[in-house]
Amino acid sequence: MTREIFISGEHQRRDGDAEPAPRRSSGAVRVGVPLSAVPLIVSCNGIQSALDPAGEEARQVATLFWVMTVGGLAIWAGVIALALYASRWKRGAITTEAAGRLIVWGGVVFPVTVLTALLAYALWLMPSLRPFGDQTQAGLRVEIVGSQFWWRVVYHRPDGSSIVSANEVRLPLGRRVEFSLTSSDMIHSFWIPALGGKMDLIPGRTNRLSLQPTKSGTYRGQCAEFCGRSHALMAFPVVVMQPGDFESWLAARASASPGVVESRSAETLFLRHGCGDCHRVDGTQARGTSGPDLSHVGSRLTIGASLMTNDAETMARFIAHSQSLKPGSLMPTYLDMPSADLDAISAWLKGLQ
Amino acid sequence: MSAAPPPDRDKVAEEAQLRTVWATPEGWRYWTSVNNTQVGLWYGSAAFAFMLFAGLLGLLIRAQLAVPENDLLSAETYNQVYTLHGTVMMFLFAVPIFEAVAIFLLPPMLGARELPFPRLGAFGFWSFLIGGVFVCGSIFFGAAPNSGWFMYPPLATSEQAGIGADIWLLGLSFIEVASLAAAVELIVGIMKCRAPGMRVNLMPLFAWYLLIVAGMILFAFPPLIAGDLLFEMQRMFDWPFFDPERGGDPLLWQHLFWIFGHPEVYIIFLPAIALLAMIVPTFAGRPIVGYSWIVLAAVGTGFLSFGLWVHHMFATGLPQISLAFFSAASGAVAIPTGVQIFVFIATMLAGRVIFSTPMLFAMGGLAIFVMGGLTGVMVALVPFDWQAHDSYFVVAHLHYVLIGGMLFPVFAGLYYYYPLINGKRMSDRVGRLAFWLMFTGFNIAFFPMHLTGLRGMPRRVYTYPADIGWDWLNLISTLGAAVLGIGMFAVVVDVTLNRRRQPRGEQNPWYAGTLEWISEPEENWGVRSIPRIESRYPLWDQENLAREVKSGAWYLADAREGRRETLVTSVLDAEPEQVLRVGGTSYVTIISAVTLGTVFVALTFKWWIVSLVAGLAFVAAVIWWLWTGTGEIPEKERKDIGRGVSLPLYASGVKSTGWWAMFITMTGDGTAFASLVFGYFFFWTIHQDFTGGVAGPGVYWPMAALSLFAAAWAATVGAREVNRRGGVGAARVLLVIGALASAAGCAAALAGPWTTGMDPTAHVYPAIVWVLVSWAAVHGAVGILMLLYCLARSLAGRLTRRHDMELHNVALYWHFVMVTALVTFGVVGLFPEAL
Repeated sequence: MTREIFISGEHQRRDGDAEPAPRRSSGAVRVGVPLSAVPLIVSCNGIQSALDPAGEEARQVATLFWVMTVGGLAIWAGVIALALYASRWKRGAITTEAAGRLIVWGGVVFPVTVLTALLAYALWLMPSLRPFGDQTQAGLRVEIVGSQFWWRVVYHRPDGSSIVSANEVRLPLGRRVEFSLTSSDMIHSFWIPALGGKMDLIPGRTNRLSLQPTKSGTYRGQCAEFCGRSHALMAFPVVVMQPGDFESWLAARASASPGVVESRSAETLFLRHGCGDCHRVDGTQARGTSGPDLSHVGSRLTIGASLMTNDAETMARFIAHSQSLKPGSLMPTYLDMPSADLDAISAWLKGLQ
Repeated sequence: MSAAPPPDRDKVAEEAQLRTVWATPEGWRYWTSVNNTQVGLWYGSAAFAFMLFAGLLGLLIRAQLAVPENDLLSAETYNQVYTLHGTVMMFLFAVPIFEAVAIFLLPPMLGARELPFPRLGAFGFWSFLIGGVFVCGSIFFGAAPNSGWFMYPPLATSEQAGIGADIWLLGLSFIEVASLAAAVELIVGIMKCRAPGMRVNLMPLFAWYLLIVAGMILFAFPPLIAGDLLFEMQRMFDWPFFDPERGGDPLLWQHLFWIFGHPEVYIIFLPAIALLAMIVPTFAGRPIVGYSWIVLAAVGTGFLSFGLWVHHMFATGLPQISLAFFSAASGAVAIPTGVQIFVFIATMLAGRVIFSTPMLFAMGGLAIFVMGGLTGVMVALVPFDWQAHDSYFVVAHLHYVLIGGMLFPVFAGLYYYYPLINGKRMSDRVGRLAFWLMFTGFNIAFFPMHLTGLRGMPRRVYTYPADIGWDWLNLISTLGAAVLGIGMFAVVVDVTLNRRRQPRGEQNPWYAGTLEWISEPEENWGVRSIPRIESRYPLWDQENLAREVKSGAWYLADAREGRRETLVTSVLDAEPEQVLRVGGTSYVTIISAVTLGTVFVALTFKWWIVSLVAGLAFVAAVIWWLWTGTGEIPEKERKDIGRGVSLPLYASGVKSTGWWAMFITMTGDGTAFASLVFGYFFFWTIHQDFTGGVAGPGVYWPMAALSLFAAAWAATVGAREVNRRGGVGAARVLLVIGALASAAGCAAALAGPWTTGMDPTAHVYPAIVWVLVSWAAVHGAVGILMLLYCLARSLAGRLTRRHDMELHNVALYWHFVMVTALVTFGVVGLFPEAL
């Protein structure tokens, strides 16, 4: 079984760029970094890397990490050098009194000092990283519902209207966005390493997360809490856009896609094969909610929750082979669907821009 | 204090007699042995075998992740493999290996012939083996648990978890019983069976650590057992403890699991440090520096470890203030850990170090562990943990902690203590080769994972996409794992090497100072005679001690009465109190373990009848075990143990080891009960109206039950007192009254929720009420069995006015039941009224 997985190396997009165009799947994947930088141990480029921050929290935590790493390596080297000196290199022995003093200074005084400083730093960071409920700051609220193995994404605009999407998160650059996180089945965890830390989605509870993107580009998020068979395949692209572009993008999602009327026959096939029982397509009779909303599925970067790039061919493959591509998901396999139907439905869905 | 043995004693006959009494059975009966030497060795070998099995699973994981989008393992198989890898390493290797080492080493180290309950130890081993094989075997049927070793609901309570979840819950509950049995054995052994004169401040550090760890097991495992109970009630009977639709909460499991799970890490780590605390002084050629420091640090670690569990839950959305508290506590545990490491460094600095193979493993372990400790401080900080949590960074961290803090010290211990098994040494050459393979392999495998995790790779994924920066890191990790595997294999070869041609080495090849090096691998009796100890390192400080002990110049040098005997001493000062006759070779331990194992296995498959029958057989086996093997009235009051000391052969009440065992068992039992009560109040805190509109059990029946339990308790205490004053007949009447009151109490307990029609599947409130009253009722029922047992012993003349240890132990049991009843019926009956 081969499978392409959507990648974008072009996350260092210039400000002012609109959303990246969905790329075709075939061929080698471009990596948007100079080749010379690739093999270095500390090269932290990656669309899912906490060490290549594109958000306020991720930036602060990356700094914290580097401070602790340098300090930690120094402490490690010191302790090991001392242990090696004590066991291998030294000639004479020190007195018991001197050894006792070493225990006090090395085992008590030193760690207490370092830990107090470190803890103070981290506790001081905490409230500023996730300031909740500040309405002047959080204009946009994004509701995320985790399900095996996909994400429902609902944008709640300040005017009270909401727009339903799935398996892709788009955010305005520089704005603080508040997420409310729930789950429809298992515990999942919502994690966009480039923007900030994770937060669990727990049935029966609503958790909150606050993120502020600081660099536009395309990143990747992923479920971080083991949630069942295809936990590994529960990811999503994250697109950070210029606020203006974001607003117009969102506005375009508020109504049915013009693609709906392109092929009424495909729409009929879609409904006849029962797709509408689980999926909703705005402007049609398809009103199911147990699966991802497909109203504008053609404009998404990936399908199958970041499983494959999005084109009519991968769409058809996903419909026909969903269980082998994504074991344990609720989406049934449509191996028996006539290929003409399959092609028509896939093309129509791809056209839902 | 040296003294020649009296000339009139025939030492050859003495030794022959000791040898007969302590003989290891031959043929297939070998497996009915209960002696600590055999049981310890079996226990250790089984744990080691489980470790190799889990290691192979680990290699499978690495093979699958070597390249992106690999299809070597299916998603389902991978999930079973990683779940079992963690589960087996934690429950079937890391904890049991120390119970094994402790059972093997403690008697000679403490100067005892045997631990106080050898049959309990053997029972624990057989339970462990049966449960372990059951859990491990499941993967060959594709039925292994697949929800992670942490088993979070709702995934693990769902259909998707399959029978694997039941295997995990029931198989491991069974193994936890074994762990608790070992904890009871070790605590009583360390407190009551030390050589005369070995005051607590002279105890070998290994004993101190094991005492602390066994205590931790006592408080850490019961919350998991309580959690398992709730979990299995939900899986089997749909009681909604973790179902938010009916008032439950999946987070309750996370709390109960990690209240167990975090101390578990220290339960694993502290005994490894204990091994280092024996090894380092030996090779530094001097006593440990800062004995009090290291003991205090170990106690401190034990305490702190119970206050850290929430750091596994930083991303669950708990209030930031509680995150801050647990963050601080998690960082603070680095301080006692630092003290322990610096005690070793200071000891080496103040001595002259011989860099042997055990020291090589010890230092390698230190280098790895310190790294894991430092990353531990990093993840203790909440903001960093939000990124690192559930990523490969944590995989790296935990392996640095456990392999550096546990596996390497265990191998150091293996190379160090191997001569105690057969008088021969493992190969230095192979050992050094294995060390370097393991050390480099480990670091190549796990160091890159820090980076893999921060580059965003989550844990527990069976596949990952190419080209997002994880490919070559994973490939390197897999290559490293292979090297680590080869290193482990080298150790396995070294352990199993045929050493028939190697001459038997010196008895104390490393010139160590502690008492265990007196023991002779050829003899089963632990120590030939039990010396008086005046130093922490008696072999260094007490001249001629080894010779005197071996010539039988000290206490209890004979087994004239043909019984296995060891000394019981006082808890703090180790002054001789009693000669304890311990159980010998028997198959009752195997029968008990097999029947109890059948109960758990049958429950897994929902074979109710089999389970019930096996349960009755188990109760019968235990009663037979107790009837024939405990509380025996000796043929004489006192025994002369030499050097003019004569000790009683029978003790009851607080002086008897049985009383302590009951006390310790019931402490663990009480902890499990407290966890259930915690659950009750947890549900109360998370809901506006936690009853969900369901009527409670009322006040009448709970109060009636409480009164009846109080009556049963009073009758039991009364029976003990009346019997002591000679009123044997009145005592028997009181025992009957107690049993009847208890039976009525059990019925009244259940009548509360029954009469108000509380449906445990409707909502979590009736479910938790039913669990609490059932818990009390089961304890009442066991109490009835105990009272009737005492009655039968009294009628059979095995329980008399003077020899009344059963009555003391049962009264102690009833003290605990009384507290349980007070809390249970107060909570279910009165608490809702107070709202």
